[in-house]
Parts: sequence; structure tokens; C-alpha cells
Amino acid sequence: MKDQSSPNTKRSVLGAAFKAGIPVLLGYSSIGFAFGLVLVGSGLPWWLSPLMAVIVYAGAAQFMGAGLLAAGSGVIEIAILTLLMNARHAVYGLSVLDKYAAAGRRKPYLVFGLTDETYGLITTMEPPPGVDMTDFYVALTAMNQCWWVLGCTAGALFGKALPFDTTGLDFAMTALFVVLLVEQTKAIRRPEPYLAAITASALAYAIVGSGNFILVATALTCGFLLIVRDRLERGGPPSGTAGQEALP
Amino acid sequence: MTRLFLTVAAMALVTILTRAAPFIFFSKRKPPAALDYLQAYLPPALMTILVLSAFKDTRWVDSPHGIPALAGAVVTAALHLWRRNVLLSIACGTAVYMVLSRIIA
Repeated sequence: MKDQSSPNTKRSVLGAAFKAGIPVLLGYSSIGFAFGLVLVGSGLPWWLSPLMAVIVYAGAAQFMGAGLLAAGSGVIEIAILTLLMNARHAVYGLSVLDKYAAAGRRKPYLVFGLTDETYGLITTMEPPPGVDMTDFYVALTAMNQCWWVLGCTAGALFGKALPFDTTGLDFAMTALFVVLLVEQTKAIRRPEPYLAAITASALAYAIVGSGNFILVATALTCGFLLIVRDRLERGGPPSGTAGQEALP
Repeated sequence: MTRLFLTVAAMALVTILTRAAPFIFFSKRKPPAALDYLQAYLPPALMTILVLSAFKDTRWVDSPHGIPALAGAVVTAALHLWRRNVLLSIACGTAVYMVLSRIIA
């Protein structure tokens, strides 16, 4: 259902996606840079960094994979740990089944690029008025990956020659999640999902500490949400997305 | 060399499988009502978890006691509640974090 977009609408799609993704630009380029630096520092060849950024495209799993590769771990072990670390992504798709339903041939790429940050942006934000939904999502997903690939490549190539200290710039990622959480509290005003997540996080931290924290917390949250299902559904359906115009 | 390629290929395959799982299972049929209910309330819950996960490696006992990250998050949230300007909230929150983590050693 792709229309013959005029150059103007094309530019507005790219502009809107670029603006929406600026926090990700800051976060991905600096975390990617750090990744490239760490990878080369651990004795692995530089090209592994852009290769992983292009075909794996998963932050935490890449750090883990590079560490284990450098330490001499086997393929199977790394694959299983990657599976555990990324299992949370299996839940993300549930929230965007409808949003991606009309994406056609571009759907595989949208699914491939469904990182934490892209998921956060896509579930919280509406495309600006007059902009095709799929165009917006594809532009956002591709730009996010672009910043990641650039960061990973630059870090591997020039990491050691950097003249200034960018330590802490990756906090932009945490700040983005804080902003998206504030937006969610405006859209979904029932306390149960937040309480479920906080309780689950405390429990997960007590059980597994920081390793696999997100995976265990997500699994427990799903359990808690199912327990309070009757309660929550009596309150009527949630409004879905935060209904915010194109960010910022 | 072969080990590097094999490992990266395996990581890529596993990652795409986790992301594609719901689409593979529910592209033709509708997800069961329980999953449909879950997906509606997961975004706020997952955002909460992702924010909390930023503190999972914080060492509260040792200096700087997690103060830079806490202050950065509070400034981000407060600014966002007040002005609702995404870039402003994130830029100020990150600046607070970077400055504090250099001052409080």
C-alpha cells in the first residue's frame, strides 16, 4: 500500500524519525563506540565490531559475546547465553503485532531491528499526522541501527585516539527510558502494571542479581500481570499508546 | 577466523529468532486473549523494568553511592513532567549525570 510519496512527505518522514531518534543517536553512538573500543582492546579484529552491529544488532549480547569470544568460549555456549539474554525480545513483538501488520515486505527488517530502544519509541509514539505509519517505523528503525553501526565502527577504528572524555554520555539511554516511562504513566493510569514491574524487579534482583535481571523481571511481571488480570480488565481497555504527537 | 564467523552467525540467528517468535506464531491466527491482555499492559511495565535495570549494577555503599544516576533520572523525570520536551529532559538529565559523576569521585 505504498503511495507515490512526494519528496516533501519523504523528507517529513525522515525529519520526524530523526527528531524522535535523537536520544538514541546519543546513546547508541556512544555505547557503540564503547563497544568497539572494548572489542579491539580485548584483542579481537576491528571488523568484528561493524559485522556484529550489522547482523546481530543487540547491545548487551554483543558486549557479552565479544567478552566470551576473547576468553575462548565455544559457539554453543555463546549462542545459549545470547538466547537467554535476548529472550525478553520475544515479548516485545506482542505489542507491535498490529502496528507492523501492514508493513508487507518491510516487516522482516522491522522485526529484526526491534531493540529495547526501538520498541520503547514505537510503543510510546504516534507517527506525525499525514505520515505513513510503516514509513515512519522503518525510518526510525533504520536510523537507530545506523547510529549503532557508526558507533561500533568508529569505536573499533579510532577508539584509542579520542581527544576528549565521553564517559557517561551513554546515560542518555537511561534518560530515554525515564522519558518513555513518564509518557506511559500519562497513557496508562492504572497502578497495577507499574507495581507488578517494581515487585518483579525487586524479586529478580534478589534471585539472580544483575545477570539476566531483565529476563527474570520480565517473566515475573508477566506472571503478576496475569494474576491481576480480572482486576485490570474490569477497569476497561487501556488507551494503547501515549497518544503523543511526533516527538519531541 | 572460522570460529569468529560461526559465533557471530549463531548470535545473529538466535537474536532474530527471539525477536521474530511472536510474529511467527501469531501472524495467521489471533493471539490468545491472555496474550492480547498482556501486550496492552507490557509497555508501561517493561519501561519500569528498563529504568530500574539501569541501577542493577550500582554500588550503593561505595562512593558515589549511585547519586549521579539517581539525580540524573530525577532531573529527567521532573523536567519531563514539567515541560514535556523530550530532548530537553534527556540533555539536562545526561548533563547532570556527567557532571556529578566527575565531581563526586
